[in-house]
Amino acid sequence: MTTETQARSLFDPEILRPALLESVRKLDPRVQVRNPVMFVVEIGAVITTVAWLIQVFGGGPLGGGHEPAGFTLAVTVWLWLTVVFANLAEALAEGRGRAQAASLRAMRTETTATLRDGGEKSAAELTRGDVVVILAGEPIPGDGTVIEGIASVDESAITGESAPVIREAGGDRSAVTGGTRVLSDRIVVEITQEPGKSFLDRMIALVEGAERRKTPNEIALGILLAALTLIFIIVIVSLRPFALFADTELSETTLIALLIALIPTTIGALLSAIGIAGMDRLVRRNVLALSGRAVEASGDCDVLLLDKTGTITLGNREATEFVPMPGVTEAELAEAAQMSSLADETPEGRSIVVLAKGFGIREHDFAQHGEPTFVPFTAQTRMSGVDFNGTRLRKGAGDSIESWVTEEGGRPPAELKAELDRIGREGGTPLAVARNERVLGVIYLKDVVKEGMKARFDQLRAMGIRTIMVTGDNKLTAAKIAEEAGVDDFLAEATPERKLELIKEQQSDGRLVAMTGDGTNDAPALAQADVGVAMNTGTQAAREAGNMVDLDSNPTKLIEIVEVGKQLLITRGALTTFSIANDVAKYFAILPAMFAATYAVGSGSGPLDALNVMSLGTPESAILSAVIFNALIIPLLIPLSLRGVRYRPIGATGLLRRNMLIYGLGGLVVPFIGIKLIDLVVHNLLGA
Amino acid sequence: MPQGWLQIAVFLVVLIALIKPVGIYMARVFTNRRVFLTPVVGPIERLTFKVLRVRPEAEGQDWKAYARSVIVFSLFSWLALYLILRTQAAHPFNPEGFHSGPWDLSFNTASSFVTNTNWQYYGGETTLTYFSQMAGLTVQNFASAGVGIVVVIALIRGITARSGRELGNFWQDLIRTLLYILVPISIIGALFLVSQGVIQNIGGYSMIHTLTGGTQVLAQGPVASQEVIKELGTNGGGFFNVNSAFPFENSSGLTNFFEMLLILVIPASLTYTYGRMVGSQRQGWAIFSAMFTLFIVGVIVVYMAEQHGTVAQHAAGLHTHAFNGSTGGNMEGKDQRFGVAGTSLWAAITTVTSCGAVNGALESLTGLGQAVPFSNLSLSEVVFGGVGTGLYSMLLYVLLAVFIGGLMVGRTPEYLGKKIQAREIKLVSLGVLVTPLAVLLASGLASATRAGTRSIYAGINPQGFSETLYAYLSQANNNGSALAGYTGFIQPNAPGNVGAYGISFADLLGGAVMIGARFLPILFVLGVAGALAEKRVSPAGLGTMRTDNPTFVILLIGVVILVGALTFFPALLLGPVVQSLTTRLF
Repeated sequence: MTTETQARSLFDPEILRPALLESVRKLDPRVQVRNPVMFVVEIGAVITTVAWLIQVFGGGPLGGGHEPAGFTLAVTVWLWLTVVFANLAEALAEGRGRAQAASLRAMRTETTATLRDGGEKSAAELTRGDVVVILAGEPIPGDGTVIEGIASVDESAITGESAPVIREAGGDRSAVTGGTRVLSDRIVVEITQEPGKSFLDRMIALVEGAERRKTPNEIALGILLAALTLIFIIVIVSLRPFALFADTELSETTLIALLIALIPTTIGALLSAIGIAGMDRLVRRNVLALSGRAVEASGDCDVLLLDKTGTITLGNREATEFVPMPGVTEAELAEAAQMSSLADETPEGRSIVVLAKGFGIREHDFAQHGEPTFVPFTAQTRMSGVDFNGTRLRKGAGDSIESWVTEEGGRPPAELKAELDRIGREGGTPLAVARNERVLGVIYLKDVVKEGMKARFDQLRAMGIRTIMVTGDNKLTAAKIAEEAGVDDFLAEATPERKLELIKEQQSDGRLVAMTGDGTNDAPALAQADVGVAMNTGTQAAREAGNMVDLDSNPTKLIEIVEVGKQLLITRGALTTFSIANDVAKYFAILPAMFAATYAVGSGSGPLDALNVMSLGTPESAILSAVIFNALIIPLLIPLSLRGVRYRPIGATGLLRRNMLIYGLGGLVVPFIGIKLIDLVVHNLLGA
Repeated sequence: MPQGWLQIAVFLVVLIALIKPVGIYMARVFTNRRVFLTPVVGPIERLTFKVLRVRPEAEGQDWKAYARSVIVFSLFSWLALYLILRTQAAHPFNPEGFHSGPWDLSFNTASSFVTNTNWQYYGGETTLTYFSQMAGLTVQNFASAGVGIVVVIALIRGITARSGRELGNFWQDLIRTLLYILVPISIIGALFLVSQGVIQNIGGYSMIHTLTGGTQVLAQGPVASQEVIKELGTNGGGFFNVNSAFPFENSSGLTNFFEMLLILVIPASLTYTYGRMVGSQRQGWAIFSAMFTLFIVGVIVVYMAEQHGTVAQHAAGLHTHAFNGSTGGNMEGKDQRFGVAGTSLWAAITTVTSCGAVNGALESLTGLGQAVPFSNLSLSEVVFGGVGTGLYSMLLYVLLAVFIGGLMVGRTPEYLGKKIQAREIKLVSLGVLVTPLAVLLASGLASATRAGTRSIYAGINPQGFSETLYAYLSQANNNGSALAGYTGFIQPNAPGNVGAYGISFADLLGGAVMIGARFLPILFVLGVAGALAEKRVSPAGLGTMRTDNPTFVILLIGVVILVGALTFFPALLLGPVVQSLTTRLF
């Protein structure tokens, strides 16, 4: 079901090289100031750089203490690297999008479009309301609606799907996208975009992150991180007088090292990368979210509205049973049913022919009956059939056949009504078959629920999402299918108005509603829903009303979208927890080092040296190791933040427990190990 | 030692048994329903409304109006108290003829009692008239406790509001809190204390001849009426300088037990009230569990530490084992009436709550034992905490935990159906930040300046640092207990405040810290209440993080400890931690 295109490797040199350059360029304070946490790191790095310069040119450590210049330099280098690593994370995330954007940009057509009135216009200048003519082999110059003709269109450039799709005037398959190519025939398209605002343009802007605005949860988290940073700044500012009181001089470098180790740099560095990567993951699933807010909202969805037809059931019903009336054999009914369906090219009609074959009835040779006349289905008669040799076969809705038979002078048998009711109750669609004035029986058409739907709905339920099936069927039929498919609720006899009402009703109860839609009459509901996923095959109106477009036009994609939305939040929450929990180990590394000699008796180490539980080599190597760990953890977590923490539909409590264990407890333990290992290298191998 | 554990266990059982009935009673009071006292108190209530022209039904307040009332009321209280303290020479009920203390001391004291801190740079029996104690301090003990309680009630209403912005009416809430809760319990409690030997008179001090043949002045006063609300309202300001260690305030093991109950009964029962008001008792128990866990760990640590003594004591040859019917342990600064368990439990209770009353010298606790009051204060008084203040501070942490945890389950975080977003997080962060910031900045300033170190008793050593840090931890958390050497008021041995002077730096900085750390969080809390009141409620589903199960309780404890520990760990290192690791005596 997933149509995820293969992600480029993170360390693809084509992405890595420009990202490295970019991460240095992003050291510009005007860029950094947007991220308070990393901005503080940069300021810290500047101060230690100055401290180092002063030491090199003969001064002592800035602020006090006895550390050698080499220590100051080492801390300085790692502080700058911390900022660079953070930039790298963002640059890598953007780089992947940019690679995608580049291939999209290549598609933007520079051709001239032929207007219907004979004129020509550059594709870039087309505006809303222009009407253009496109012939086979030509690229479509802009987004619009087909107003005349039918054509097969190659949309592989944006969807990745190589099979051409049909686009035609009227109906729900009328939207075309600029940059795709007409393969056959000729269509007339009314342009619906303003210049520079095409679907393709928006898509490029999205994957590049140019239009990225912070999402509500990201803003809230940013505030929390800024608050934590502020707390730690005050902790550090007050630590100097505290230390002086204990007759301990601390250098600026040491204090800044502690500050940077404490503020939530891990999540601060990865926050924007997580957001960009989330969008990118959606794009790779062929979904275009028109705002990050929508992606977040999808993770919050409580209710999913799914159209029955095409989403829950296969688009078509299938004939599964012939039910003859008294005095009619099954074979007789099958034959009549088959003959009346010969000209019926609908999937239902074909399934009747296929079922009839099981009764040994083969293709009929109408020649022996004379020239047949096929009667097509119309919305008024609600039946179709065939006339030959004075025999008139009809099949159609129960009540239509009843009244037809009555008109012909026959009397519908009492059993007919009973059978029609039974099939309806069982969730099927009955089609009655009549020969002249006689009702032969009923064909049982069944909705076929797609395989695996029940499992998917169970999964959704485990995620805490209720599914509501929307169908035009009557209540009985709807109830039966709803039960079979395992949805939580259904809306029967749905009209666009009732659908809209249902959404509003759910929302007024405080629920967030997601839905998919493609038709123009879905547009109001798509706009009303918190997450409206428009099918790319749908109309332009639908595509503009929704806040996401699914290029695969796969209605069950919603489930994946919800997962991506949740992943986004989980990744942020998990890394925040990890980041904060890390501080405990950093305290145990740096504070004993800072106060190793405080209140010492004689020349021995002071009482606080007992807190050096990791038995790190020297005060300098301890502080440096914590700073190095703090920097290195960022690139180590880049893959996780781009991939996202895996979402498991195990209920909120299970998920919370799991993530608390991994990222909370893990966040407590991992840095103890990491810092110790780094210290072994720094102290023993490098002799710091 | 088993006997000590038994004392602690009995106390906890009685406390837990009280939570439900008291919690239900308070919930009925705050939802303006009939209670058994209504026939008696109802007429008084109506009369008070009439006199004060409060029309509760007509005057629901949004958060801004509610906050304005809190500020106006507290400002008026402050001015009234300051005026009383400045005019002592003119007071009736002044048998000892006290003059007013210095203005900076009055500033500190007024700020202290209006903020429910009850930090005392003065000794009651040597500085204040009976009138100041009765009309000034005791009144504020009731009023400030009432303010704390009504703020949390407003927050609860914000959390549960289904529509609209109204949080109730401050005046109605305050009056009902006083009339139905604080005053009735105080009357009964005071009578009980008097029956146990706590004094209540307005006569002059008496001179007695001691057994050893010397003479001693015995201070007197209207003690019981102030003592009971001092505990019940988690105020903590003693009538006498040595607070509840003085037999006239706390006469026996029984009164000690009773007073500890008074301190905890409202903060603990409010969690039940909370559960009742939000419509899910489990929510209340979850918060109670988190508080209780943090509390009990502190109790165990301080009791074991005090019983065991310190490395330095052992090195100096001090005997801390039980022998000859004595409990042993570190008895320095403890009263034989209460013993090691009674003092340790008291120390834990008065520092988890913002009561700050003492029945022994915190200064004399062992290093590790002292770490408990320190840690309790570092957790920003969210473990039961002050009446009302504890629960609203804890609810800020709950929202913080909900936010972090909510992200981890992949949904926009929501608490009881209300989404926690940027605005709430901003207010919550500010509310949580104020106290630590105030503590660190003020104690940094106090330990770095000559003006600041003048207040220290123990000298420039870890103990002196502990005194300083504790002073501002206590004032910023509106607790009021002290490592008692630290001072802001110098009083020569002369009657009636003659020649006394204040240490302005300590008095003014402390006063400012108390006011800031009390009212800024209140404003942020009411802001949160206002923001939440307007929110729609989303129904809970499987994907919603539950806030009433053990997993959440663990998360909440983790958040409280991490935020507290991370903020104060470096500072604690240089005070109590050094002292428990060193073999030197400071």
